Amino acid sequence: MRDVAIIGVKNTKFGELWDRSFRDVVVEAGVGAVSDAGVVGDKIDAMFVGNMSGGQFVEQEHIGALIADYSGLAKDIHVPSTRVEAACASGGLALRQGIYSVASGMDDIVIAAGAEKMTDVPSAKASSALAAAADREWEGIMGATFPGLYAMIAKMHMHKYGTTSEQLAEVAVKNHFNGQHNPIAQYKSQITVESVLKSIMVADPLHIFDCSPITDGASAVVLAPADVAHEYTDTPIYIKATAQASDTIALHDRRDITTLDASVVAGRRAYEMAKMGPKDIQLVEVHDCFTIAEICAIEDLGFAKKGEGGIVTQNGETAIGGRIPVNTSGGLKSCGHPVGATGVKQAIEIVEQLRGEAGKRQVDGAEIGMTHNVGGSGATAVVHILSRNR
Amino acid sequence: MIIMSVPRFWRKQVARYNLVGTHCKKCDEYFYPPRNMCPACRREGEIEDYKFSGKGEVVTYTVIHAAAEGFENQTPYVLGIIKLEEGPSLTSQIICKPETVQMGMKVKPVFRKLGQDGEQGMIYYGTKFVPE
Repeated sequence: MRDVAIIGVKNTKFGELWDRSFRDVVVEAGVGAVSDAGVVGDKIDAMFVGNMSGGQFVEQEHIGALIADYSGLAKDIHVPSTRVEAACASGGLALRQGIYSVASGMDDIVIAAGAEKMTDVPSAKASSALAAAADREWEGIMGATFPGLYAMIAKMHMHKYGTTSEQLAEVAVKNHFNGQHNPIAQYKSQITVESVLKSIMVADPLHIFDCSPITDGASAVVLAPADVAHEYTDTPIYIKATAQASDTIALHDRRDITTLDASVVAGRRAYEMAKMGPKDIQLVEVHDCFTIAEICAIEDLGFAKKGEGGIVTQNGETAIGGRIPVNTSGGLKSCGHPVGATGVKQAIEIVEQLRGEAGKRQVDGAEIGMTHNVGGSGATAVVHILSRNR
Repeated sequence: MIIMSVPRFWRKQVARYNLVGTHCKKCDEYFYPPRNMCPACRREGEIEDYKFSGKGEVVTYTVIHAAAEGFENQTPYVLGIIKLEEGPSLTSQIICKPETVQMGMKVKPVFRKLGQDGEQGMIYYGTKFVPE
């Protein structure tokens, strides 16, 4: 298996992009990443596009071909293009498939992208589309919503470990603080613990400010064999691990409601592959679709003991400058969560940090970072470890 | 309500109305929602139908204020994970005052309307739970 590097990256603006279509945002991200890498179109061997639900959000399937077409990679050069879906982990999984194809030796230059256009439908329809990431027949039909499922995780976490609403709110406050310095972030406004707790209740104990928003956006990276990466860039970022794990689709079938076993296992597989442990990781982008999800994630990935995620957050250990900065991009909460794009955006944040190009979000001396992307209430987890050094 | 086509709902009607799940005779595991393949024994499993007593307790819960599509006129409603006495857990609504629901609370099943497909369409029934 060959080592793989990221040689180019690009995010579009994340937000309510009323004037942009699905294909507009993907093409912007793809072209941006290719030009960042200094690659020409006919060198591209394959594309993988993470997209959760083009069918429900823009009534468009056959996303792979559409994107190849509008990127100018279909008509004359016929680049193979594959859509990848794992709900909100679609982007992370597209990256993983891209890594596979380069590592295997089948392809050299590969684009891994992710995109979602969520605001072309009313928000009730968008919520309903997202609920399809859970078990439609045995959760959705009973009135379960996505915030509702994570609220049940939060209730249990509070009950078992004494986690508080204030600690949940601290996650949102920190991520908004980080997001203000991210040019692509959907929300740059600052919030306080009080404003989170005063915001309307969505599903007890989660307030609206505990929830990530509905977002349009796209992200793309260009992958190459590590051996040739320096031909394209002075700062290739190397993939040290790619890992994935599955768990039960429904929350009620989990071994432990407060642990995402898929995250634990994907994390463990990634650490083994990279021959590293949590102490080697200098920053991490975790899947904070809700504030409780970040708390579970830092526990499940080994950055806090089980049950102490809330305290660790409250103590500032996950802030920039803290022991393990979490979600320097602003996370899903402040940067926004175009579900198909998120997993790729997380990798781009780590790349910018490791290149030393993260501006006011920069983690000093960062050389190793991790991404953690979750589908549904934890039925899929995808973890990557990236490094400045091969 | 997440509207389902008539056949899609109908084929699991017995399971939804009467809490009929499955049981693996080989490893003695119970499944609700029903599974046709035992996740432990896989191809070696021996699956039979099983009607649950319905007795159970609340594992965790939430009070939903922003409803799922079709449930808007029910808010606030209590959604919970209920562990049945035979072992498996399921997701359902708990019919009680939101401030009275508690973890570990004993519950029993009741036959209730889940929703309906507009004014003229099918009415969906299923099992919700009430405090015992």
